[in-house]
Amino acid sequence: MAVPTTSLSARVLAGDLQALARLLTRVENDDEVGRAALERLLPHSGNAHVIGVTGPPGGGKSTLVNELIRAYRGQDRRVAVIAVDPSSPLTGGATLGDRIRMLEWHDDPGVFIRSMASRRFGGGLARNTFSAATVFDAAGYDPVIIETVGTGQDEVAIAELAHTTLLAQVPGMGDSIQTLKAGALEVGDVIVVTKADRPEANELARDLRRLRTLTYEPTGNEARWEPPVIKTSAVTGEGIEALMEEIDRHLAWLKESGEMDTRTRRIAATQLATAVQAGLMAQLSLPIRDGQFSALVDAIQAREMTPHQAAQRLLAELGEGQSSS
Amino acid sequence: MPSGNPPERPIRILVAKPGLDGHDRGAKVLARAFRDAGMEVIYTGLFQTPPMIANAALQEDVDFVGLSILSGAHMSLFPAIMDELRAVGREDALVVAGGTIPEDDIPAIKEMGIAEVFGPGTPLQDIIAFVRDNAPVQIDTA
Repeated sequence: MAVPTTSLSARVLAGDLQALARLLTRVENDDEVGRAALERLLPHSGNAHVIGVTGPPGGGKSTLVNELIRAYRGQDRRVAVIAVDPSSPLTGGATLGDRIRMLEWHDDPGVFIRSMASRRFGGGLARNTFSAATVFDAAGYDPVIIETVGTGQDEVAIAELAHTTLLAQVPGMGDSIQTLKAGALEVGDVIVVTKADRPEANELARDLRRLRTLTYEPTGNEARWEPPVIKTSAVTGEGIEALMEEIDRHLAWLKESGEMDTRTRRIAATQLATAVQAGLMAQLSLPIRDGQFSALVDAIQAREMTPHQAAQRLLAELGEGQSSS
Repeated sequence: MPSGNPPERPIRILVAKPGLDGHDRGAKVLARAFRDAGMEVIYTGLFQTPPMIANAALQEDVDFVGLSILSGAHMSLFPAIMDELRAVGREDALVVAGGTIPEDDIPAIKEMGIAEVFGPGTPLQDIIAFVRDNAPVQIDTA
């Protein structure tokens, strides 16, 4: 195959969808071409509203995203979706099945849907999900919607990477005590009760709204964001308009309150920490290859060393290797 | 400067069922087999039209398009799918097909540009080996 004469980054900026798709692969794999192209695209990014959608497996996230696509297309905005599904902890393989809920946009050039395997990153995302969002951002998509892996009680990584996080909650998954627990419910900027056509939906929305009355807050603090609870149904179309209003209201609040600056800084910190972690893990490839890692695992298994001791030994040697090279 | 892929790049494969037959067990068995072989499978399921398949192949940047068909309509659907893949610039994706496809049709199907046809009873290992051995190298510049 001939080498394409124009670079991926230039083609992406020119609106070439094939180049966009290929660059997403490169960025996802964090290879040299992907890294270099990302550097070139960086000055063109920073315009998109990044919206996270999280919630339990089968909770209606993909269906909700499909409704969001419809609403944004109604405003003539170009929408990108990154849909993350889990990778097998055993084989590394993945079945990416979110797209199946969004097939109706196949002939709309204003919608780009990309599936991404989590590759065991944890927290409901893949390591390079946000870099992929940056590519879409530079390519002119706004919003960029990130749908996480189906999450449970404390996978909240998306809140560290999105401007606005929608938390989907499904009727019939437990009583009001569940709403008191720490974790996911604390990070939703907008709480969406999906499948509102089901009978238990009112009860859940009520419990979630009552949460607010359980805190003591000094009155008059108008700068604070109170996560609204919105009931939606993809069957009846209920609530989608209200949800869109809340998303827009949240974005406006981010900008007016100064919280946007706080969040973009938090996103930057999260990305840096993630990249450093990836770099450190890559340094482990040598001790893994030469058997040292395995020897330390043996020592932990035989209870000769605590995991902490073994890690300190390994890290000390990695440090020496760096200073001598 | 062009650079190839690190060998550990996961293979991405679309598994789709074109046309109107509702038998998706074969497609699901394959999706599962590819997943268990460490591949990333984009599963779009039943009733896929040629433009849907081409759009998914484009946006997902898949290395392979796997088509499962049991309706007998392969001689009309396959050329339409190949046309759509060309229209979106993904004629480089390797297309493999399986299902109830008569032996006599296979030469014509390969003539359309479909890389391989796997009939009923093909061991899953053979299909996986074909995909592994034929994964294309990506050549791009940044």
